[in-house]
Amino acid sequence: MIALTFRNPATLPILASIMLTLLCLISLGVGAGGTSLADLWHASGDTEILAISRLPRTLAAVLAGAGLAIAGLIMQAIARNRFVEPATAGTAQSAELGILLVTILWPAAALGWKALAASLAAVTGTALFLMTAHRLPATQPYLVPLFGLVYGGVIGAAATFIAWQTDLLQYLSVWSNGDFSGVLRGRYELLWLGAILVAVAWLIADRLTIMALGRETSIGLGIDYARMLQIGLVIIAVISAVTVVVIGIIPFVGLVVPNLVSRLMGDNMRATLPATALSGAILVLGCDILGRLIRFPYEIPVGTVMGVVGAILFLFLLFRRHTDA
Amino acid sequence: MIRIEQVSLQYGAAEILKNVSLTIPKGGVTALIGPNGAGKSSLLSLISRLQSLQAGSITIDDLPVDTTPSREMAKKIAILRQDNQVGSRLTVKELVGFGRFPHNRGHVTQADADMVGEALKLFDLTDLAGRFLETLSGGQRQRALVAMAFCQDTDYLLLDEPLNNLDMYFSRELMRLLRWIADERGKTIVTVLHDINYGGGFSDRIIAMKHGQVVADGPPRELVTTETLRLIYGFDIPVTLIDGQPVALPFTK
Repeated sequence: MIALTFRNPATLPILASIMLTLLCLISLGVGAGGTSLADLWHASGDTEILAISRLPRTLAAVLAGAGLAIAGLIMQAIARNRFVEPATAGTAQSAELGILLVTILWPAAALGWKALAASLAAVTGTALFLMTAHRLPATQPYLVPLFGLVYGGVIGAAATFIAWQTDLLQYLSVWSNGDFSGVLRGRYELLWLGAILVAVAWLIADRLTIMALGRETSIGLGIDYARMLQIGLVIIAVISAVTVVVIGIIPFVGLVVPNLVSRLMGDNMRATLPATALSGAILVLGCDILGRLIRFPYEIPVGTVMGVVGAILFLFLLFRRHTDA
Repeated sequence: MIRIEQVSLQYGAAEILKNVSLTIPKGGVTALIGPNGAGKSSLLSLISRLQSLQAGSITIDDLPVDTTPSREMAKKIAILRQDNQVGSRLTVKELVGFGRFPHNRGHVTQADADMVGEALKLFDLTDLAGRFLETLSGGQRQRALVAMAFCQDTDYLLLDEPLNNLDMYFSRELMRLLRWIADERGKTIVTVLHDINYGGGFSDRIIAMKHGQVVADGPPRELVTTETLRLIYGFDIPVTLIDGQPVALPFTK
């Protein structure tokens, strides 16, 4: 693993940028519409399909992937635990519950309002999780993710129960399993909010890194810990909520990407944040392309593909853990 | 000057500190000793604003610790805490560099880099500079954390059991460094120690606490006596003078 260590902070982002560019080109060329990249190049194909469907879909995957990876990174820093992520520790489930409730109470609500309701629910759900996580004994690091799984499961179950009672189970499945096939121009732009929040995270990267060293070190270095906790919470919750509203839950991205990048580059977010965002985008876009190709011309939702790919990556991380210096 | 006036602290029914008043003038090394649970760490936490005051007041150079902005305090006072379980994948150099954060807010200047280089050299960490903290031994990590506090370059430096995990060589090295920082850099150092002989050898003043109160206070030669130690620890400890320095010998059966 030592040979794989990217101590030059520029190496990984450059490699990742090249790979992401390639994937974007592939993504623009793949689809049931039968228009290939070569056709698009010669302008003989249907360029409309590019502007309306494939470009938005590609951008959506990049934005969602980058956002989810950063949300995971921040959540792990704040919870001081490498095994939590918004998709399993109750953030995404709370967002889901929020959309469900607003759909029941105000069925005609526009996407923006649904996103707002989802964000508020996600902030509340995540705050409760973090408050509890900070109370769990630091000597038992596996308690935090375990609690997160149970907590997320309970909120998810509550959402399922309400959806079942109100005949909205089919709606719920749209949010609980991420899928890019519904992305069209005009229906994904909320995801740019995630990009703005990633930029905010970049601005406060030093403070987030110090926060991962704990409350006392943070205060000792003059950081307003409570305020930073609130900012981090909002970033995690809004990125997750917007993704759930537009795409649905995509598991594992927030878990495996920050861990992989940390293995290669360490924990200084000023250095790792770009690589984490790029890697998240690569993983999600790659899984979406895979989902489009496996049963071409039919599609497998990205949430399902990620469930398999993410689990394999996570197992890889676990088994490499002890051989790592 | 650190001025502590009538400070009390309670957790439920447990009284941790009872009406403690102390002044620690600028400069020199002050050792804080006393049995486990005497309230030493709590007092340090209150001085360094890690814990909020319940009763009484604490000022550092006339700045009240509870109302002065934390950012300002971070340029006045640095603290090293007892628990240092940092499972972080920051390098030693990155960690020590964060000591400069109160001054540079993330914009690293050449002066910051020089200071980090000096700290790494002083604390014998140059060879470990590129290592991740999680790969270090307890003693190496402890030195990295002290180096970070040193880099904060504050007038006041508080250390809670800095000799934890350090072997004899590095314990002595650290105490010598603290002495040097106080003498040559004019810093004020307050450190919790458990081995009273390090206090006797390297400090100007020893403050002894027991049951949340100050029970003895004075220069080592006055304080390190069998009578005073019995008062503090509750058993007889022979004390001999070696080259004019009192040495406690609690090693007999």
